Amino acid sequence: MPEVVVENVHKSFGALEVLKGVSLSVGRGEVFALIGRSGSGKSTLLRCMNGLEKINSGKIEIAGHALGGDAKALRKLRTDVGIVFQSYNLFPHLTVGENIMLAPRIVKDVAKTKAREVAREVLHLVGLSEKFDSYPDQLSGGQQQRVAIARSLAMRPKVMLFDEVTSALDPELTEEVLTVMENLARDGMTMILVTHEMGFARRVATQTIFMHKGRIWEQGPSAALFADPETPELRQFVKSDVK
Amino acid sequence: MSYTFQFGVLAQYQDQILSGIWLTIKISVLSIILGCAAGIGLASVRSIWGGAVRFLVDAYVEIIRNTPFLVQLFIVYFGLPGLGLRVGADTAALIGMTINLAAYSTEIIRAGIEAVHKSQIEAGEALGFTRFQIYRHVIIVPAIAKVYPALCSQFVLMMLASSICSAISTQELAASAAFVESQTYRSFEIYIAVTLIYLVLALALRAVLAVVGMWLFGRRVARRTMTALPEVQA
Amino acid sequence: MTLKTFGLDQFGFLLFSLQWTILLTVIALIGGGLLGFAVALARTSQLKPVRIAAATYIQIIQGIPVLMILFLSYYGLSLAGFELPPLFAAGASMTVYASGYLAEIWRGSIQAVPKQQWEASESLAMTRLQQYRYVILPQAMRISLPPTVGFAVQVVKNTSITSIIGFVELARAGQLINNATFQPFRVFLAVAALYFVVCYPLSQLSRLLERRLHAGSSR
Repeated sequence: MPEVVVENVHKSFGALEVLKGVSLSVGRGEVFALIGRSGSGKSTLLRCMNGLEKINSGKIEIAGHALGGDAKALRKLRTDVGIVFQSYNLFPHLTVGENIMLAPRIVKDVAKTKAREVAREVLHLVGLSEKFDSYPDQLSGGQQQRVAIARSLAMRPKVMLFDEVTSALDPELTEEVLTVMENLARDGMTMILVTHEMGFARRVATQTIFMHKGRIWEQGPSAALFADPETPELRQFVKSDVK
Repeated sequence: MSYTFQFGVLAQYQDQILSGIWLTIKISVLSIILGCAAGIGLASVRSIWGGAVRFLVDAYVEIIRNTPFLVQLFIVYFGLPGLGLRVGADTAALIGMTINLAAYSTEIIRAGIEAVHKSQIEAGEALGFTRFQIYRHVIIVPAIAKVYPALCSQFVLMMLASSICSAISTQELAASAAFVESQTYRSFEIYIAVTLIYLVLALALRAVLAVVGMWLFGRRVARRTMTALPEVQA
Repeated sequence: MTLKTFGLDQFGFLLFSLQWTILLTVIALIGGGLLGFAVALARTSQLKPVRIAAATYIQIIQGIPVLMILFLSYYGLSLAGFELPPLFAAGASMTVYASGYLAEIWRGSIQAVPKQQWEASESLAMTRLQQYRYVILPQAMRISLPPTVGFAVQVVKNTSITSIIGFVELARAGQLINNATFQPFRVFLAVAALYFVVCYPLSQLSRLLERRLHAGSSR
């Protein structure tokens, strides 16, 4: 039973069709990397998976929930699907601890002491135990992104989505975030990530999907895909990325 | 409640209303032109001369902006005669409105001037402009273009506030409404009608200011003028 | 009648009337705040008709003189059969006036909170109400504080307009004293000075908050 199923999804912004019939299936504990040029539709696909973008046609099932229900069904889905953004999007008026505790407290009605316990645990997981009482603007970009990951984890998601989470970071800060993600993958989290980090995709992702012009252009086990691209587009893309 | 609205009675007082509208437009347009010109002048001398001049201009701006327009009118209309300056109600209204608007315009344009980047002034120097040319083309004109929508909102607020001049017996629109009310006792009808007239005047003034803005500064500024709501400033 | 001059007694009367000015300001800010908050929420609603209705309300209030709002409340209330003291008409009109402007200030503040904050909180399965309550409004409040304090200055000044329907606040008290003393220049300067004493600190506070908002952290 796969954790994520996407079937023939179409999505347009006005006259521009950005997803032209995309299908994929992600098993439990698998890590999928979505790569491709900007405008290839990979971020849109990811955002469709938790309902931030509405699809025009097709079907998406994720963590046992089908997309397309009412607002309540969508919230139910989102308690099981975490997402981390490129720009961290921490709540600036709350401390790190409050950021993490907020959703479990008000969405899942977790008691305060329990929520605090969970917050400490996930913060430890991302290596920032000592930052519990700091405010987001007192942290580096890399630290903020790790807090954002912890905030998602506190909801105990079954699937985690990562939308170019290291694109805004310096190389050395990128590394600390990728390490956290690698640990998550090793612990068996089902993950889908849109990324520009080819090395990371090759090393950590079980499958890599190359998207081009709104379609899945090429897909396969990461090592094989990177070693031996079939299409000239992917070959070009991989080559241009090697610096 | 058995009140029947009778807007019909108002028709026979058309002339009073029209003359009220005309005076409202006249004192509004004149005070906008004079107040804005004074604002440009005061904001300029303030930034060029600095020192005591700046202090005096700032004091003037703060005093006007932190006291009610109505009280300013009282001082002009009732107070000045005591100092030997007797002015009619229309003139007093125009003086009060100009003094008030000049202070707000100065403040808005000052903010625009301070938003002009040093690099642009240096670019002007590099191009061999004289100081006056730099001041005019690089500082004042871009500054006003930048704050034009805020200025226009202030102009509209001033036109609406001109209704307060009825308190010193200036026979503008609100005063003619009071006159018709005293003749007919159809108070609610007359004030609804006059409120609508003010609403139309406000929209019309905004449209005219947008056209002027397009003519002076181009399309982009004009569009912001139409959509900008009054900026509330301390 | 003895010919009075503007002295301590008269100044005391001005000070006493200043209390009514302040009370009226407080009524306007509380009443207008509640109404304005509802309109601001309607203005940022997901339902288009609600948004349009709120926008129309704001445009109308900001497109008509405060004096007309006052007259319409005054005559409207008496037309509806209420024989009320001027305080009610004054309070009602100041409330309506303040609501139109506060709604617009707060709409701007709500929309100044980055879109990503909506997305992040939505992705954490919060309801729209929870998003407002825990994420958006606390941030919007910080942004709205300087212009709200600035608007309070406008309210203090505009309460003077209620003197026109005979409500005895500071400006009306000045007129009454002037009628008895015939020293308009002195009397109205004193009135203006009292307004200034209330308004100037508020103006400066608004500026201070503004500067701190831009210089300081986003907290």
